[in-house]
Amino acid sequence: MEDTVIRADGLTKFYRMGEVEVQALRGLSLQIKRGEAVAIMGPSGSGKTTLMNILGCLDRPTGGEYILDGEKVSGLTDNQLAGIRNRKIGFIFQSFNLLQRTSALANVELPMSYSDQSNSARERAVAALRAVGLESRMKHRPTELSGGEQQRVAIARALVNEPAILMADEPTGNLDSKVGQEIMNLLLTLNSERNTTLLIITHDPRISAQTQRTIQLRDGMIEENLQ
Amino acid sequence: MKINRVLRETFTSLSANKLRTGLTILGIVIGVAAVIAMMSVGQGAQNSITSQINSIGTNVLSVSAGSRARFAPGGANNVRNIRELTLADAQAMIDPFQAPSVLAVAPILEGGNISAAANGQTTTTTVNGVTTSYFSIRNQQVTEGTFFNDQQVSAHARVAVIGVDLATTLFGQTTNLTGQTLRINGQTFTIIGVLKSQGGSSFGSADNQVIIPLTTARDRVVKRPGTSVDGIYVQATSAAAVPEASTQISNIMRLRHHVAVGKEDFSVLSQQSLLTTATSITGILTTVLGGIAAISLLVGGIGIMNIMLVSVVERTREIGLRKALGARNQDIMTQFLAESSFLSLLGGFIGILLGWLISLLIGQIASAAGTALSPAVSLNAILLATGFSIAVGLFFGIYPARRAARLEPVEALRYE
Repeated sequence: MEDTVIRADGLTKFYRMGEVEVQALRGLSLQIKRGEAVAIMGPSGSGKTTLMNILGCLDRPTGGEYILDGEKVSGLTDNQLAGIRNRKIGFIFQSFNLLQRTSALANVELPMSYSDQSNSARERAVAALRAVGLESRMKHRPTELSGGEQQRVAIARALVNEPAILMADEPTGNLDSKVGQEIMNLLLTLNSERNTTLLIITHDPRISAQTQRTIQLRDGMIEENLQ
Repeated sequence: MKINRVLRETFTSLSANKLRTGLTILGIVIGVAAVIAMMSVGQGAQNSITSQINSIGTNVLSVSAGSRARFAPGGANNVRNIRELTLADAQAMIDPFQAPSVLAVAPILEGGNISAAANGQTTTTTVNGVTTSYFSIRNQQVTEGTFFNDQQVSAHARVAVIGVDLATTLFGQTTNLTGQTLRINGQTFTIIGVLKSQGGSSFGSADNQVIIPLTTARDRVVKRPGTSVDGIYVQATSAAAVPEASTQISNIMRLRHHVAVGKEDFSVLSQQSLLTTATSITGILTTVLGGIAAISLLVGGIGIMNIMLVSVVERTREIGLRKALGARNQDIMTQFLAESSFLSLLGGFIGILLGWLISLLIGQIASAAGTALSPAVSLNAILLATGFSIAVGLFFGIYPARRAARLEPVEALRYE
């Protein structure tokens, strides 16, 4: 097994906004080892979200090379990227992004609709909900759950395909600090117990303080690598 | 993505907004029901006209003066100096050498809108003056009494065979009428028979008529100069011999009237040629009705497209999320196409049932109004409506589905 899960080399990303060309990333390189818990911090406009989108295979870099879990990602087709997202990446969003019209269980089953292994979908979804401590509420709809519970459902959904990386974009941003800390504890537990790499975007120093490493971004480049 | 998962997702997302789903389906329901109802009414009209034409007899031709079709309603005379048909013309057609395919002829005098009185009642009816061969050529039967015979024709006898509708109007009954007196245009006739009912006809009821000897008709009721007649029915030796009989009759008539081919001052019509004309007319009618109805189906399809477009916008974040979770473009496409197809298929199914009900209702109303029109829901109409509604769902679903599939995941996730 490859020891380095994320290996990015000289990533650049340019946007054109009207007449102005925005350089969101300017030759960013980083490596993240398997099982690491890393926080990415930086002021708004520093390229956090752009980096997350590229590392999460939602977007392609303008230049540079990106190798995810031993697979060279730059240059893949849309469908291949969709497959990578499905198998290797689990997303956790600030606003949970659950489908309101279906149960927690159906939400957790959703990623398996897009993979080949939908035979055992039900058991795997139940197991993922058990892992986040929501087994008893799996028949409830998101509207019937608290914010913390909703985020747990989202974490279960991210876990269900056993991805190499969990990518969380401000996972506690919509929660009060007590519940946010519970979510943070859950993420860190999953990280240490399952050896799943954890990548958290945040601008909350209390969150980044709990990770092994913090990457500070400024103007599309890494400012410092705090060990 | 497996088919049962697609179906389940389709169901949950459509049932999440039941009113909207219902209204969208309603558009298709109305369209399909209109197509089914209109086409079945057209088909029913075609069936009833066809059966009326068939009742003329498969081996019967009709000769009339001018280019006017005897059976057809109206028609313009486009030949000048039309010579009337005469008894001699009729006689010339039973020539075993020149017209071997002709079995019998029946000259006829027709008088429409003639007053008939009996039993203190007065009404108007159609009077047909005929010879005895008419009864066998037109396949007429009596429920009571007899037809008149050749002697009665020669003797200008004042005898009449009447239709059941006329009998009902005048006497309130259709039996025990032989020997009763009937006054036609003030002339006294004796009823000797009652015709078997032939059912309604769009060209005037065959059951509201009086049949009297040709000779008597010329003297007293339908006054015509000399030996002229209004038409001649010709019976061919068989249904297969109808085309030859038509040619032979035309040759004889051209010689007798001294006219060239294409300048005929008479016309020969067979049941088949009438059937062809009538079928094409009712076919056009059905197509036009169905086409107008199809416009509402089209509008229903646009309704689907509209709703699907709204749905794509509303669910932009959901699409972004699904893509983040690994949905490929074709997965998103399949999902939205499944939804639009489901809408149109369900609408189509309900529409077929509703259209069926409507056509039954139209049939009831028509029979209550005394018209013999029984709408026929054909398999063709059902297949057409189903196929069309699936096509509508796919066609109007493709554009919204493509829009959904092409959304960039990053943009879609950021959408508020």
